[in-house]
Amino acid sequence: MEFKTVLTTCPYCGCGCGLLLEILDGRLIGTLPSKTSPVNQGRLCVKGWSVHEFVTSPNRLIRPLVRKADRLVESSWDEALDLSARRLKEIKERHGPDSIAVLTSAKCTNEENYLLQKLTRAAIGTNNIDHCARL
Amino acid sequence: MTNSIEEIESADCILIFGSNTSIAHPLIATRVFRAKARGAKVIVADPRKIPIVLQSDLHLQHRLGTDVALINGLMHIILKNGWERKAFISERTENLEEFRKVVEKYSPDRVSEITGVPVKDLETAAQYYAKAERGSILYTMGITQHTTGVDNVKSLANLSMLTGNIGRESTGVNPLRGQNNVQGACDMGGLPNVYSGYQPVTDQAVRQKFEEAWRAELSARVGLTATEMFPAALEGRVKAMVILGENPVLSDADSHHVEKALEALDFLLVIDIFNTPTSDLAHVVLAGASFAEKEGTFTNTERRVQMVRKAIEPPGDARVDWRIIQELSNRLGYSMDYDSPRAVMEEIARVTPSYAGIRYDRLQGDGLQWPCPSTDHPGTKFLHQGKFTRGKGLFSAIEYKPPAEVADEAYPFQLTTGRIHVHYHTGTMTRNSPSLEREVNECLLEINPEDARELGIGEGDRVLVSSRRGSVSTRVKLTETEKRGTVFMPFHFFESRANILTNPMFDPVAKIPEFKVCAVKIEKMETGSAR
Repeated sequence: MEFKTVLTTCPYCGCGCGLLLEILDGRLIGTLPSKTSPVNQGRLCVKGWSVHEFVTSPNRLIRPLVRKADRLVESSWDEALDLSARRLKEIKERHGPDSIAVLTSAKCTNEENYLLQKLTRAAIGTNNIDHCARL
Repeated sequence: MTNSIEEIESADCILIFGSNTSIAHPLIATRVFRAKARGAKVIVADPRKIPIVLQSDLHLQHRLGTDVALINGLMHIILKNGWERKAFISERTENLEEFRKVVEKYSPDRVSEITGVPVKDLETAAQYYAKAERGSILYTMGITQHTTGVDNVKSLANLSMLTGNIGRESTGVNPLRGQNNVQGACDMGGLPNVYSGYQPVTDQAVRQKFEEAWRAELSARVGLTATEMFPAALEGRVKAMVILGENPVLSDADSHHVEKALEALDFLLVIDIFNTPTSDLAHVVLAGASFAEKEGTFTNTERRVQMVRKAIEPPGDARVDWRIIQELSNRLGYSMDYDSPRAVMEEIARVTPSYAGIRYDRLQGDGLQWPCPSTDHPGTKFLHQGKFTRGKGLFSAIEYKPPAEVADEAYPFQLTTGRIHVHYHTGTMTRNSPSLEREVNECLLEINPEDARELGIGEGDRVLVSSRRGSVSTRVKLTETEKRGTVFMPFHFFESRANILTNPMFDPVAKIPEFKVCAVKIEKMETGSAR
């Protein structure tokens, strides 16, 4: 039996509380507040305390889905990525780069947001990128 | 935030404006309670009697959407009594006289009539805030989600400058950001007009810098905002969308319109960790990773860049999102070859002055608050010390404008929307969390008991709520939290989508919709007619 905790940052609101994820034999089993965090100093709210629950939900998406005959069906990564790239290229060629729009995510990391705006601007060629900060 | 979370504790007066702090930002509310225990005055300006009102010295329960009138009224009283900080104003600001001309028109009697707040309370609030040595303003979407959102924020900036409550410890104008990394998504250039670090796409020197760094030709044309993308899709100008970890079918105003827009697309790609009402409309859905399954950084509301560390593997065949983006870019013919998020941060630091000193090695303790312009810079606790970003602080002369849609005979109630304690945004995470879902598993429309009695509605009855845009069925909760004429609905529940009702009219500058006010009617549904 192997138990460890991993110090990380809460994914809910903008407070940015420090929390420890409890891992038993590679499975996420619980959440604890970080006492050393300058934000939450050993406390968490009701959402923070139960953060491990949605991560381990049986409803998580576990592989790509592609629409076939009007239904979303499981596919390989190659099929899903190739199809996405082909459709985006076709639409860009036919209607221009500004016919494509991207919503990036306030839930994702800085690195992911940086890469998605780089993809939008450098790979597609449009500034049509925004996210829920507008809301 | 201009200032830091820990500084709230040492403020002498905290003005909470349109923020349900103890519900939406509980760990920031803790700091308010500590300040209160030290003797700080706490003022809550909110149309609802939210829980933090119980901890306050004064509640200004103004009518929905009358924020500019209320703030102008406070500033009128401050100027009339000579409570403004004259030295700060002459040294650090400009345009006071133009501003004074407008504020003079907002006498306490007039403001009381517009807002419904008693004159005595206006005077007490102005005195508490203006006379505090350290006055701190906290605000959230109650300020911004209006057709006058920009006017509302500028009015709070006026108030802080007038009293010299900015650029010092435990003062400031402090938006509490609603999402873990909404600050970072903005910082990273997830906006149609700027690259990372708010460098404008329209500035030729900036664009050239990014063209060289990225070896690509870049567009000088400002892109579409989120609120412009959906109308553009309906008009056929936008043909494809890529949506990463967002659920606009539930989160955006006028849901039916958003759904029609997404259905009109030739191609919709969604990357998410759960199926959502938005991914249901996609042509391709890619399975991403949650925060527990990847490495990276989030930037919190006080500009603190903090580490996110990988604890477990993604489930099944799901992949970490930065690798998905890289794979897609490569297949689009634009090469990306990062071996880790650390390498991405090194590039971010190279092209982003406010993040220039951010390195993973430096984030192992408390993180770093930007601006952090070099690798030996300790980060910045509060902004605008000694000087504003633009030089002098600009007083803006702002007139009150009513909300775009007000109650009338056909739609006699004003609806406002927000969060409840156990749920978060569109519920994608919290409604998949059994202990949270067990606490509250359905939408409840909050209505004042007197209004309910007149409509013949009892606790738990089912009603049909309708606006000019659509109808939603929900059960009701009778509560004094709402004043007469105002009702509240959380927007977490796909079964009772509050945003079918909300008004997509948006602020002309920020293009944020007016989620916080629209007109509705309420009809009791007969038992068995639930839908």
